[in-house]
Amino acid sequence: MNENERVKAYNKYVNAKIPKTRPFPTLFNSFWVGGLICLIGQGINDLLLYLVPNLSEQAAWAYTLIILIFIAAFLTGIGVYDKLGKFAGGGTIVPITGFSNSITSPSIEYKSEGIIYGICVKMFTIAGPIIVFGVVSSAFVGLIYYIIGLFM
Amino acid sequence: MKCETIKFKKQPRIIGAYSIVGPKEGQGNFKDYFDYIMKNDFFGEKTFEKAERKMIENAITGAIQKAKLKVSDINVLVAGDLLNQIISSSYAARAFNFPYLGVYGACSTMAESMAVASILVDGGYFENVVCCTASHFSTAERQYRFPLELGNQRPPASQWTVTGAGSCVLSLNGKGPRITMATFGKVIDWGITDVNNMGAAMAPSAMQTLLTHFENTKTTPDDYDLIATGDLGKLGSEILIDLMEDKGIKLGLNYADCGQMYFRRDQNTLCGGSGCGCSATVFTSYIMKKLQDGQYKRVLFMPTGALLSTTATQQGESVPGVCHAIVIESEEG
Amino acid sequence: MEMFLDYLWVFLIGGFICMIGEILIITTNMTSARILVTFVLVGVFLEGIGVFDYISDFAGAGINVPIIGFGASLTKGAISAVESQGLLGVFTGCLTSTAGGIAAAIIFGFIFALIFRSHTKK
Repeated sequence: MNENERVKAYNKYVNAKIPKTRPFPTLFNSFWVGGLICLIGQGINDLLLYLVPNLSEQAAWAYTLIILIFIAAFLTGIGVYDKLGKFAGGGTIVPITGFSNSITSPSIEYKSEGIIYGICVKMFTIAGPIIVFGVVSSAFVGLIYYIIGLFM
Repeated sequence: MKCETIKFKKQPRIIGAYSIVGPKEGQGNFKDYFDYIMKNDFFGEKTFEKAERKMIENAITGAIQKAKLKVSDINVLVAGDLLNQIISSSYAARAFNFPYLGVYGACSTMAESMAVASILVDGGYFENVVCCTASHFSTAERQYRFPLELGNQRPPASQWTVTGAGSCVLSLNGKGPRITMATFGKVIDWGITDVNNMGAAMAPSAMQTLLTHFENTKTTPDDYDLIATGDLGKLGSEILIDLMEDKGIKLGLNYADCGQMYFRRDQNTLCGGSGCGCSATVFTSYIMKKLQDGQYKRVLFMPTGALLSTTATQQGESVPGVCHAIVIESEEG
Repeated sequence: MEMFLDYLWVFLIGGFICMIGEILIITTNMTSARILVTFVLVGVFLEGIGVFDYISDFAGAGINVPIIGFGASLTKGAISAVESQGLLGVFTGCLTSTAGGIAAAIIFGFIFALIFRSHTKK
């Protein structure tokens, strides 16, 4: 048996043997926790619009997200969010709170290397690609709109 | 003569051993055997790295005390750990006034350091040599994986790095189990790229070392009271049993994996413990006790190591494994 | 009753999106950074082809709170800035619209990093 064949055969064997995550209750947990976070967001949004009647819809959304980000950052700080994440997986990663967690968690973790080289440098180790991909791709979409606009 | 196995003529003795573990490990299956259980993972230090260093310092002094020696009696320290540039061992060695050899074999470091130390003692170059190995869950997690506070899920094949340090003193004078043989392993890579599946990456190297060892020493699994791998975990040890069966050797009830046995089932460690501290603390506590009691006459201790780094993995490299084996026989055998 | 139905939609759609994320994690072993990148790109795409607002109208927070909303809002900013400022909008638009969220994450992350220290997992 040559090297390539053995690698292939062994990987196949291991993949058949590797324990799989049980879909239930993992998927169910991610569903209801994720849904609940969205529900809380909707609640905050509606409450803001009710309390401050002349708030624009866009501003209300901005406030809602900022409040959710604050809550997630706080829960990360007191060491609760990682437990939630272990329980709910995608339910806590996909909402904006997961973005907040991905910025706060390395900041706290690398505090021991100092404020500049620890907190500030490592802050974007996980969230960096999200911002980069988001900005580059949306700028690209903007460019397409610009080009289309030139011919319209 | 080209042979991977060394048979020691003077047979160095393990005259003292000491283990120190974290609180979670202190609730595991071996809780009654450890010498010291830390109350929290910081061990009174500011960072986890400093805590790991302090664990090594304490384990070394503990082992020297249990060997009824003084620190000034020690000739050389052989130590290693998982962190980049093995800083925990090196910085711990700073506190002692004897020479230091740093070794790195990932999770196989305990056997590697003991084999190297045995050669030094058996050759008559040094009188008393101390070996030490440690790992810490929180330092390993941030180096190899993600920040602790990140809300992610651990894949089902992953293992839990043990927070613990084990140390032992080897000498020709004194009483204790003897190290009779050592087999150094080759680096084996069967192309596993999943860094969460260390067991599968390391199992082929364990198989290779086992086969070489049995061939060189003309022994079979039945000649040992215990064959203990380090941290293959539940999945990895099942794979090893399968691989050995393919080669016509059956590993029976005397085969066990330290990582698989380490934690209770309800401790949520998925495939079990890992890290150099895993095999080191089991050896210096449980296995040593059984050897001293004479319950085990002959033990084959063969921790495996996954020689990966985050840089290599990100460049798409697979995970190579290595496995070193040593044979320890009880005192009166 | 209508309000209850609105909230039910938010819950169901939000939960469903998160569940897709979890399915990706289980089947492909994706890390959380990759999951988030994927969903941001989905948001950029939905906004780019102009369907995001329709979903948002009845899903509300169900689609705005998941990171898809973040991607959509990046693109929305870029498009509207292109319309008002021309080529310059390609560069200024996206971050303007999401400035609040990113700044909040940075500010709170920084402050809480100063206050708290990391906890070992149990």
